[in-house]
Amino acid sequence: MDKNKYSLLVKKYTPKEDRLFNGLIAFIVGGLIGIIGQFLISFYSSYLSIPSKEASIFMIITLIFIGCLLTGLGIFDKLVSYTRCGLIIPITGFAHSMSSAALEYKKEGLVTGIGANIFKLAGTVIMFGVVSAYFFGILRLIFFGG
Amino acid sequence: MTVKYNNVYLNNTSTISGPYEAQGPFNKYYDKSYDDLYFGNATWEQAESKIIVESVDILLNKVMKEKKDVNLHISGDLLNQIVATNYASASIGIPLIGIYSACSTSVLGMIIGSNMIDAKQINNCIVSASSHNNGSEKQFRQPVEYGGPKRKTATFTVTGAASCFLSSTPSKIRIESSTIGKVVDLGVTDSSHMGAVMAPSAASTIYQHLRETNRDISYYDLVLTGDLGIYGKQILKEYLDIEYHIKLKNYNDTACMIYDINKQPVYAGGSGIACMPLVAYSYIIPKMLNKEIKRVLLVATGALLSQTMVNQKLTIPSVSHAISLEVNDDLS
Repeated sequence: MDKNKYSLLVKKYTPKEDRLFNGLIAFIVGGLIGIIGQFLISFYSSYLSIPSKEASIFMIITLIFIGCLLTGLGIFDKLVSYTRCGLIIPITGFAHSMSSAALEYKKEGLVTGIGANIFKLAGTVIMFGVVSAYFFGILRLIFFGG
Repeated sequence: MTVKYNNVYLNNTSTISGPYEAQGPFNKYYDKSYDDLYFGNATWEQAESKIIVESVDILLNKVMKEKKDVNLHISGDLLNQIVATNYASASIGIPLIGIYSACSTSVLGMIIGSNMIDAKQINNCIVSASSHNNGSEKQFRQPVEYGGPKRKTATFTVTGAASCFLSSTPSKIRIESSTIGKVVDLGVTDSSHMGAVMAPSAASTIYQHLRETNRDISYYDLVLTGDLGIYGKQILKEYLDIEYHIKLKNYNDTACMIYDINKQPVYAGGSGIACMPLVAYSYIIPKMLNKEIKRVLLVATGALLSQTMVNQKLTIPSVSHAISLEVNDDLS
């Protein structure tokens, strides 16, 4: 049997992923995180009288803290299996990827373990984040004048 | 390559499982089960090493032998440089052949041991095999706590260690013959669909074994593949039929047996080196001792996965090895 024929056979017995369902769950959960974020900004700016620009930084710090705490308690990965990418795409997922890598490699030393591996997953996000920010920044400068 | 043996016997076995396996259907058959994944150690790697040592100790007690009476230890695991085996062996102290053949390691170890016993190079040996869910997740996938979403075809690595004692001293189970398989690659690149990767190599080895022994598949009361999972099992059945005109009837796959697939979150089933020996030693061999089944062909399937090669967009090769066990009528 050649490779093409075999790939058809594999396809026949490979179940389809529920992409629409997964997407919908991720959309709802991701949206909820957004609502919580907005709520936190409003809370910080109206009740604690923090200027709204700084309130958004406080909001991010709060979400990162909650994300890392849930990772450390071993809850986050269980939530991921239910919420699919809904928790991974927002900032909570970024924090989670770093704290989970740090936890995994802490026994291999501060430098050779945590230091060398903490960006194992997050490194890609940072690199492509910086590159795309650079290009979108240029586009914004060209079309909207900065 | 198929070899027939005249004088090789399986004397006893030992099995240790992790917590997820203990929640599965074979809980009562394991010699020992743990309810956490560290087994009192600091890391996954050390934990895996510990259960290899323990499985050898349990086995030595069962066969009433001391370490100095054992000629050879053959063992393998999934970690890089087979560290679990190497570190375990440092405390076991029996001459070691460390082997790696992915999830077909358990049967490959039995084949090497049987060959040496049959050639009278050794009188006896212990063959061990182990895998650790979190150790494998860390090495082959992502940090354990990350837990990224998985596909339906993904499998769940079995945590456990199993050992068996082979010797030329007759026992109720005879190792009858074995076949070392070829590495097969049919172009699958999906590392979360190992059943599809391994099915062609299982088929190739089964065909090779039947051809070289001049047998029909009905000769065996049970054909047991290693860790193809629920989808890989279906692929193997159809592939064997189309390619080699072999129809599997008395057939099962240990990946589909070791967990309660409908209740436990294991996707397409179990995988890992320990999957096949845990099921075979704890459940199938007692059935043979009771003479419910007499001839069993174990076909351990291994996906020769390397993250480096997958990242280089290469396809995943696989290899399967088969060993035939028979009830020894002379002794029963």
